[in-house]
Amino acid sequence: MKKRKLLSIAGLALLFCMLALSVQAKEKTLVYCSEGSPEGFTPALYTSGTTFDATANTIYDQLAKFERGETKVIPGLAESWDISEDGKTYTFHLRKGVKFHTTPYFTPTRDFNADDVLFSFNRQFDKNHPYNKVSGGSYEYFDGMNMGSLIKSIEKKDDYTVVFNLNNPEAPFIANLAMAFASIGSAEYANKMLVAKTPDEFDQKPIGTGPFVFVSYQKDATIRYKAFDKYWAGRAKIDKLVFSITPDASVRYAKLKAGEAHVMPYPNPADLPAMKADPNINLMEKEGLNVGYLAFNCKKEPFTNVKVRQALTMAINKKAIIEAVYQGAGKIAKNPIPPTIWSYNDAVKDYEYDVATAKKLLTEAGFPNGFETDLWAMPVQRPYNPNAKRMAEMIQEDWSKLGVKAKIVSYEWGEYLKRSMAAEHSTLLLGWTGDNGDPDNFLAVLLGCDAMESSNRARWCYKPFNDLIVKAKLVSKQAERTKLYEQAQVIFKEQAPWVTIAHSVVFEPLSKKVMDYKIDPFGQHIFYGVDLKD
Amino acid sequence: MIQFFFRRFFHVFPAFIGVTLLTFSLIHLIPGDPVELRAGERGIDPARHAEIKAEMGLDKPLYIQYFRYITNVFKGDLGKSYVTKKPILEEFLTLFPATLELSLCAMMFAVLFGLPAGVIAGVKRGTPFDHTIMAVSLTGYSMPIFWWGLLMILFFSVFLGWTPVSGRLSALFWIEPQTGFMLIDTLTSDEPGAFKSALSHLILPSIVLGTIPLAVIARMTRSSMLEVLKEDYVRTARAKGLSDMRVILVHALRNAMIPVITVIGLQTGVLLAGAILTETIFAWPGVGKWILESIGRRDYPAIQGGILIIATLIIFVNLGVDVLYGIINPRIRYTH
Repeated sequence: MKKRKLLSIAGLALLFCMLALSVQAKEKTLVYCSEGSPEGFTPALYTSGTTFDATANTIYDQLAKFERGETKVIPGLAESWDISEDGKTYTFHLRKGVKFHTTPYFTPTRDFNADDVLFSFNRQFDKNHPYNKVSGGSYEYFDGMNMGSLIKSIEKKDDYTVVFNLNNPEAPFIANLAMAFASIGSAEYANKMLVAKTPDEFDQKPIGTGPFVFVSYQKDATIRYKAFDKYWAGRAKIDKLVFSITPDASVRYAKLKAGEAHVMPYPNPADLPAMKADPNINLMEKEGLNVGYLAFNCKKEPFTNVKVRQALTMAINKKAIIEAVYQGAGKIAKNPIPPTIWSYNDAVKDYEYDVATAKKLLTEAGFPNGFETDLWAMPVQRPYNPNAKRMAEMIQEDWSKLGVKAKIVSYEWGEYLKRSMAAEHSTLLLGWTGDNGDPDNFLAVLLGCDAMESSNRARWCYKPFNDLIVKAKLVSKQAERTKLYEQAQVIFKEQAPWVTIAHSVVFEPLSKKVMDYKIDPFGQHIFYGVDLKD
Repeated sequence: MIQFFFRRFFHVFPAFIGVTLLTFSLIHLIPGDPVELRAGERGIDPARHAEIKAEMGLDKPLYIQYFRYITNVFKGDLGKSYVTKKPILEEFLTLFPATLELSLCAMMFAVLFGLPAGVIAGVKRGTPFDHTIMAVSLTGYSMPIFWWGLLMILFFSVFLGWTPVSGRLSALFWIEPQTGFMLIDTLTSDEPGAFKSALSHLILPSIVLGTIPLAVIARMTRSSMLEVLKEDYVRTARAKGLSDMRVILVHALRNAMIPVITVIGLQTGVLLAGAILTETIFAWPGVGKWILESIGRRDYPAIQGGILIIATLIIFVNLGVDVLYGIINPRIRYTH
């Protein structure tokens, strides 16, 4: 009898062990072969997409979010919001019952509330905030989006209501709050670190409300996360997430082929045909939220003359550039905003490649024999332009048919940015990747009169255009804004301050085991909602 | 011996100052502005730009910046990274075990195969053995590392599936670094199979990194052996009736080792400097890759601090080699 009892206990124990093992074996670990190391773990302090992938999209949430794979803004930590008639007061109604992560270094005693929102924004907004100077204390995105001058005050009405008072109406404000810099951290954790006199730790060992809990970071090697069981929107489908940091694209591809990784960003264009042919790889593609352009310096002669700009635009064979420079991974751009952004005006007619008409226009402008100019080409590869020097050579060749002699100029990247900001160029190649999916983020930042001394590198301040984009900022109805931006695009095309060259296509190779992955239009990498086949 | 050691030690100081001066001036000579680079296409307001530069101390004339830097270095403060805002020494110490582990394994591979190959080639001069070893070592020496690394990955990892592609440990193991040396950390962890995984991750990078030192050691050992084998004392040893093995290993090799040790020392220094290419290909989180990325970001404190520590290490490795000469060949202590 005793023996039988013992045997049954042993049998049960064995069954339990096997069950435990099978549960362990079924654990889903997704390995993402990231291209670099995060700069830190508080997104507000940094600017790179690599850092945002590792922080804002895993550990943290924002008041509003972008729908996965889209540019549409949906509620995040704020369940809903009201905008006052004058567009200057935004009232956010916060979600209740949202938990912060529990880790070996912090156990939260309360749920997310208005204090956390106030802490996260005041840290960047208020120069006297105890955390303002922590970890270097520079908030380039917050400053770059002009949040400092836009926000008048932030008030807590009650534990679940926060009011943002603005100095002027700003329609893209909600989209701005969905950006990485607006991630919400724990005020309770921040206070604890402050009391312990280790505020820097707040930025190194993160606590958020996001779908993944930070486990560990080995510098330049791996970042580990586990799924957050109490995530307010439901637990992630994968159990563990590992960022395996691999800077070289060929090696990332080798890891994907060897089954050591499931998702890799930024493949080499040369590897794309082999990836397409590989039965174990699913090569996803999507038009990027970007534009590669050539800007004329409209403050410098002869580019003050619209006919010169139009003639030079017509003389460029964009189709040949797409084939030679983008090798198929790009689409001809006719507007300064990509087609994936709302208010894209498809009715705008692009300038045809027509050397004869271009020559005629240039003669009318008083340059029958052309002129000499410079053509700046970036020294680096960017998402919107894989090879600026090659592109510049092709444009140089095209322009030579009009008698325009362009001298190609290039500087080290930092120097290039600095000198182009100072508008030392006559014509320049550059581009832009959108931050928040709002047309204002392209049209006002790159072509508005307010940006004349900085990112408006065409130095083009044209009142009819500027009036439209300023007005579009003040109205909050999207339909109304769309109309204004559509008109703005027509004016832009007529005036030709830029040659819009291309919108590049983003490729993401994944293992066929990965399910439900969506390419993020902002070029970031999001793993909540992604699943793995057994 | 002690006097010899101190004499050597005093040569170190000017070298140290030279290194700080050189890295500081070179990095500031390269165009590029860390603030502009971080702001990217968006650009930055000139007033804010000036403010950040002042916070970084970059608004002062270069000689003042250098003076501040060197004063802080003597206080043991290498500054903080512009990017991660962490102290440079802390960053370096996190990454250095990875570089050291890889360098030691690569050097072990190079010595284990290079030394015997060189001895055999020297002893069997002119035979097919000699020719093969020399041809292989010349090929190894001329191999472009990037190509060689990728070739090894494609063949052994992707095609045969024998070794992992890159990194230090499989993503399936969750091991917290204690010492930073993955072999030790995995051995002391209770995760079965982790040590094997760490070891297998070391194989390809060690071979790739060790290839050039192997070729150099083999060639140097061969030529040094050839010279020594002609010496009178070797002939005398043979005449005394000693076995070939004893003559080669005890009488010839010991004397042939002096230039070989120099080479091993120099090569170890080079490896410690961080095998930038190998670390990049194999996603090895070491100091070489870190310094390279810091140059791209114009993270001045990281570049200056990283190079300074490595240069100091190389200086000390060479000092060690000098002292080792003295032990192997006592005459050296007196001739200088």
